[in-house]
Parts: sequence; structure tokens; C-alpha cells
Amino acid sequence: MTSVALLGQILDYANRADPYPLYAELRRTPVVRDESGPYLVSTYWEIQSLLHDPRVSSDIRNLAPEAKTGPRTDDPDLPPSFIRLDPPDHDRLRRLIMRTYGPPHSPRRVYGLHGEISGIVSGLIDRFRGRERIDLVDDFSYPFPVTVICRLLGVPQEDEQRFHGWADTVATAIEPPVGTPDEQEAHWRAIREAHHQLADYLSGLIEQRRRAPREDMISALATDRGADESPMSLPEMLSNLTLLLIAGHETTVNLITNGMLTLLRHPDTLKQLRADPDLVIPLVEELLRFEPPVQLLPERTTLDDIEIAGTTIPQGASLWLVPASGNRDPQRFPEPDRFLPDRPDNQHFGFGTGIHNCIGSPLARLEAQTALAELVRRLDNPRLVEDPPPYRHNAVLRGPRHLPIAFDGLSR
Amino acid sequence: MAVDGSVERLRREGRIVVVGASLAGLRAAETLREEGFTGTLTMIGDEPYEPYDRPPLSKQVLLGRVPADHTALPRRRAIEAQWRLGVAAAGLDPTAKRVALANGTSVEYDRLLIATGVRSRPWPNELEAGLDGVFVLRTMDDATRLRHRLKAGPSRVLVIGAGFTGSEIASVCRERDLPVTVAERGPTPLSGALGSVIGDVAAQLHHQHGVDLRCGVMVTGLEGDGAGRLRRAHFSDGGTLDAEVAVVALGATRNTEWLAGSGLAAGPRGIACDAGCRAFDVRGIVTDDVFVAGDVARSPHPLFGYQFLSLEHWGNAVAQAEVAAHNMICPGEERRPHLWTPYFWSAQFGVNIKSVGVPNMADQIIVSQGSLGEHRFTAAYGYQGRVIAAVTFDQAKWLEFYQRQIEQAAPFPPPFTTVDRRTEGMRPVPAGFPDPSVPTHGPQVTVSGHSPTDQRVTFTPA
Repeated sequence: MTSVALLGQILDYANRADPYPLYAELRRTPVVRDESGPYLVSTYWEIQSLLHDPRVSSDIRNLAPEAKTGPRTDDPDLPPSFIRLDPPDHDRLRRLIMRTYGPPHSPRRVYGLHGEISGIVSGLIDRFRGRERIDLVDDFSYPFPVTVICRLLGVPQEDEQRFHGWADTVATAIEPPVGTPDEQEAHWRAIREAHHQLADYLSGLIEQRRRAPREDMISALATDRGADESPMSLPEMLSNLTLLLIAGHETTVNLITNGMLTLLRHPDTLKQLRADPDLVIPLVEELLRFEPPVQLLPERTTLDDIEIAGTTIPQGASLWLVPASGNRDPQRFPEPDRFLPDRPDNQHFGFGTGIHNCIGSPLARLEAQTALAELVRRLDNPRLVEDPPPYRHNAVLRGPRHLPIAFDGLSR
Repeated sequence: MAVDGSVERLRREGRIVVVGASLAGLRAAETLREEGFTGTLTMIGDEPYEPYDRPPLSKQVLLGRVPADHTALPRRRAIEAQWRLGVAAAGLDPTAKRVALANGTSVEYDRLLIATGVRSRPWPNELEAGLDGVFVLRTMDDATRLRHRLKAGPSRVLVIGAGFTGSEIASVCRERDLPVTVAERGPTPLSGALGSVIGDVAAQLHHQHGVDLRCGVMVTGLEGDGAGRLRRAHFSDGGTLDAEVAVVALGATRNTEWLAGSGLAAGPRGIACDAGCRAFDVRGIVTDDVFVAGDVARSPHPLFGYQFLSLEHWGNAVAQAEVAAHNMICPGEERRPHLWTPYFWSAQFGVNIKSVGVPNMADQIIVSQGSLGEHRFTAAYGYQGRVIAAVTFDQAKWLEFYQRQIEQAAPFPPPFTTVDRRTEGMRPVPAGFPDPSVPTHGPQVTVSGHSPTDQRVTFTPA
């Protein structure tokens, strides 16, 4: 089989602003081995099929020794979080989290945040008053989901800043570090340090909530005895809370920023949304297809040889799925490179699919819908200052680092 | 064929009649308009209601979470139809292309879609069926009546039949904290649909939730009091049970009686049609203007040995209606086959059960993921060395994979390693379906005695 050298280009910061031509090149061979080792899968139906394939493992301990090269996001001193596990362990942890987060046991957890989310959005936008220019990321997209995830979990407001710092550092671990060996070593050290501080902090909070539970998720997790299975141990709670924290931080920031960027690049759609705020519901779905915050699902592996699209992926191979490419597959979506806010039949991979389908999706949808509708309603004549804006380094969790926006004023 | 413009004319100004105003009928109508049919569209339904959804009736509606009249099917688009609701079709003259209605009127068509579905099989003894407290569950009205009665808190409910509907009703009763007895003639609940290996798991669910489950037993009679209210049930093992409510859940009968004399191949097992949804006449010749979709259809499926399958599945009704509608207004070369892989779901005792393929065609079963003991598993069904079906209990997300396995005629038992494969799943076992040569429904008639004078016929209702 021929191998390609596309992964390096995708990870290369130079291509961060527009990786889509690279994905189009990838799709010419649905399943291909990159010269750096991993098998890349880029077409919609193949990704769809592998995400539902029980021969595909999320547990890196199943990687063949020679395939173990990639980055690690989990704290090496803690058990893997549930997205890094396979059933039955994955199922148990996911169920325990869902018991405290969503229906049928906690159906109002996300819905109940509705008012609070609107309040946080209005409060942040109110602070733009008197300004003609903002950085959407620092002034809005970042503080917003951080506040929401902290409220959801039950992190006290005064600790949010520290929390945000740790989450930021820990999230950088998701892709291979760049630079000299010394720089890489420093990078890993910083991540480990952040992990430890975060774990210390969370242990204290869990202990506190165990003694005096409140209406938040940490309290619910700390006091849940499980239904017919063992409740989460403290180490399990720490690694999974760290995961929820990162997922709750890093992805929604990008969803909202990518959303505003896309709207500012499509002024007609922006106008349409201003006239019809309900358009935000399908629009966010299209955004999740068009500019998904999670671009790659790295480091799955195969428990057996899997033949797909004429290629056999051998057992133990490192498998990288590219959902952002599947989202633009012309075999699945007509005119995939067009942003169509009311696109019908929009079964995108924005939240993945299969057993690891994002549990945060109801919250992310609510946050993005509220934020975009309100930004568009209140910002008077918003304009992009810089296109493309500067991106963050991360190729997996992709989004602008800054998004300077100029505007003429603020509506009530 | 009809490339000469007659199909074009039909699409523009033809008359299409849809008999059956439920899921399949509605989705077909929507597809017709979606694909550009601008002629006259008539929707005939025997119930007075606009199309509504049935799966919630045995779950959310009975639980009292949703009123029965809040299950209207969402409309995908306007269909601009002439509705004839509350009047049943009474006959069909395919030569004159006319549907006779029960009120004496008739409607003419250029193309007809039959989507009359099924009705619940009634309790065979009419007098007993008429007792106050004896129910079936198929329609919105059935659900309203039963819900009302369950709300009143009967001292005991008897569910006759532990198929999917019966099991769901039993589950609802327990959730409402009502004492419930389930009588099933098979060895386990769901054994007809999923076999007794999976049926054993279903039986455990019944027991765990406090259902008085009695398998291998038939209800032989329902007894009323002086006022005509249900009081007691009699069983084939000689036992009796006092119950205020009995729900007859013995499966369904296809609504084809109105087609008697029409010359169509319509009978108790449905209306035979080709994979393009065109009805067969009694000679086995395919018609070209009468189409069939949904529960009432019986069509050959290439994947399952060209067996004529009649499926009471929500998803089948939708998919078949879409194919039928498309084919009704397309010339031959553009027509599509209905190759839907059978798929259905149930919710009972807090467990989400899904199945794909045709389980009861199988001879063996293997637990390919998870564990029967934990009541969370995926099981694959094998037929002559290939995967023919799969069922999941609280593991629905794997079903799609197994669907591909079925569609690709993958080998059985599955030879590969998967996540969550346990030791119990390493070996296939017989699936435990009832002998297909012995009918599972219909009354059982036995003859005893040797000489013509002492021969007795015993009739045991199903």
C-alpha cells in the first residue's frame, strides 16, 4: 500500500486556518496509512462504520507496541477516563456520569441551566458597552463556557480562574508537542504539574461535597451509590471530572468562535438570523458539520484485522478518524463546502457517533444557540477585523485563538 | 413502458387514493408530494382521527405521561389531501379502479395505495371479549380506555400474551404499582420473536419487577359477574385468577377482509406484493396500479431467501411507504426495491430492546458482546453459518454494525475479537424458537376418542 504524508501537514500550524483542502486530498483514498504510522480514515461512510464497529477500541493499551507514539491527555497517575476505555468499563462509567447529568435520572440538569446561561451571556455582552472592538475569544467565548461548566460541576466562582488555567494546560496534551526535546520535556512537565494541582483541588472539592452535598454534579457524583453496580472510586472521579472539565472548556469555546467567524464571513446568513432567531437551531447543526471543534479522533485501535473500503487495517494499528473531513464528504452531503444554515438531513459528526457520542451535546447546543443568537441580536454592524484570524496550535480541538470584531454599538 | 408521457400525466393530474390514514399512509402521501405529484390525493381512514403514532400508546400514554390524543404524527410537509376520515373502505373493484366505502359512496383512482395495517387479535370468545374489563390495545381509543381503567387502580391486571405489547403493558402496570399476572403459552416471554435464550432474560426482567409470570399456560376462559364485569380467568393448568382487568395481547390480524372478491392476493397474512410494492393478484401476477405498504404488506426480501415477510415495524412502514410512493409515480426503470432490513424496538422494565434482521429464521445464537446475566448484551443470530439477525438489550449503539454484518451475509459465529466479549459469548447455542411447523397462534383443536360416537373435539382458544 502507498503511504501518504498528510498527517504532518494537518498537524502543521501553517494549515490550521484552512485544513479542508488537505481533507479533500485525504478523501481521495478513504483509508490510508500515513507515513508516520497511523491509518487515516476520512470519508463519511467509513468513519460512520468504524465508529459503530466493536472491533475498534478506544483503549490505547490495545495498541501494538510499535504503534504507541501518540499524545496522552489523561493524567498518567490516574485510571483512564471513560472515553479512553472500552465496554464494559466504559459503559459503567458513562452510565454513572449520565445518572447525574441527564435523563432519565437527572432530566433537568441541562435544561435547568437555561436561565443562568442566558444571564451569563447577557452579562458578558453588557460589558462590551462603550467599546468599538472586542476579542470575541477572550471577552466572550472563553469566559462563557468556563463559567457554565464550573456552575454545572459546582466549582465555586472564586476558583474559576485557577481552574481555567489548569484546563488550558491539560488540554494542550491532546496533540504531539512541537519544538526541541528540551521544550517537549518542559511541555510534558507543565502538563503533569497541572494534572496534579487539578487532582488535588478536585479531591478537596469532592470531599467537601460528600459531607455537604449541593445541587451540582460533583455532589451528585460524590454521593451516588450507583444503581446495581459499584459507584465511582475517587481516582475514577478525578480522571473523569478532568475530562468533563476539558471537554466543557475547549470545545464550546471553539464552537462559538467558529460560529461567529462563519457568520461574519456570511453576512446574508447573519442578517437572516437576526430576522429569524429560531434559525439558530439548524444553524448550529450546520456549524457542527461545517467547522466542527473536534476535527480528529486520534488513537483508536483495532482488536482484529478490519477490512474496509478495500484496505485491511491490521490488528493493533493506530487509527485516526477525521470526522471534520467526513463532514465535508460530497458522497454524503450535497455541496459540502457550502454553509447552508437550514441544510436538511444533516447527520454530521460534530459530536461523533456510536458509543462515545458526546455526552455534552445537549449543553453545547444550548450554549452555542443562546450565545450566537444573542451576539447577533445585540452587536450592531459587526465586522471581522482580520481574516483568517490567528488560530490556536491545537489541530484536534481547532479554533481561533483570537477573533477581533469591530462593531458600531450595542442593542438592548 | 410508460415513458410515453402517461406517467408524466399521472404525476401532473392523476388521482391517487391512499386507503389507511396511519403512519404508512401519511408518509406515502408526503413522499408523493415531495416527489412532485400535483394531482388529486384522497386519504381514507376508518378512524375519525388524523394520523397518529402508535408506539407511545403502550408506554408513555398508559403511564399517563402523555395524553392519548397528543401522539399525532408530525407532518413533514403539507400534503393537500382530501381526507375521508371515520369511514372504512368496504371493497375494491380493480377493473373499474374504484374503492367502495362503508357509507355507500366510492372513490375512483388511477393509482391506489393500500396501507390498511393490522388490528389487534380479539379474544376469540365474543361473549367473554365483551365483558367490562377486557381490553385490547391497538388504537388511540383502546389506549384511552385502558389508561382510564389502570388509573382507577384495579386489584389485579391479567395480561394475556407476553409478546412485545403484552410485556410493555405488564411493565407499565408495575411502574404504576399495579399487581399484574402475565399468561404466556410459550416457554418464556418474547420467545416467538427472539427465542427462549433471550426470552429467559425477559422472564428475569418480569420476575425482578414483581410480575406474576406464568409461562407454558393458556387462558381458557374469562368469567364475568352478574353485572357483566370481568371477575376471574381460567387457565389450561386448571388454575384460576381473580382479575378486574384483562388485556388481550395475542398479536394482530391484517385488515384485508374488505378486499375479499377484489382478486388481489390478500389474506390473513397480508397482501402479497413484489419488492417494488406492487400487489399481486390471486394468480400471482403483479398489478401495476395497486400498491401496498406497511403492516398489511407481505413482500419478498432477497436477503432472507426471498421469503415473503410481513412486518409490523414502525421503520418498515416508513421505508416501504416511501418506496411505494416513489414507484407509484415513476416509470419502470426508475423504480426502486424495498430492501429495508427489518428493525424494531421495545422499551420494558427500564430496558431498551432493539432487534435487526429476522431473528426467528435463526437456528443458533451467540452473545457477541456483554452479558445475559447483566441484562446488557448484544446477541447475534445465525442461520446456516451466516449472521441473520441481532438483538441488543441496552446496547443499541452496536446494532448498526450487526446490520451491516447481516447485509453482507457475514459468517456465523462471528470469528473476530470485539470489545466486551465475555467467556459466555464464545460458544453458539440453539436459539430456542418454537417449532415453525406448530402454529403459535390460532385456537388449538384436539380430537379424542376412537369410535365416531365417542369422539370429542376440544377447542382451546389461543
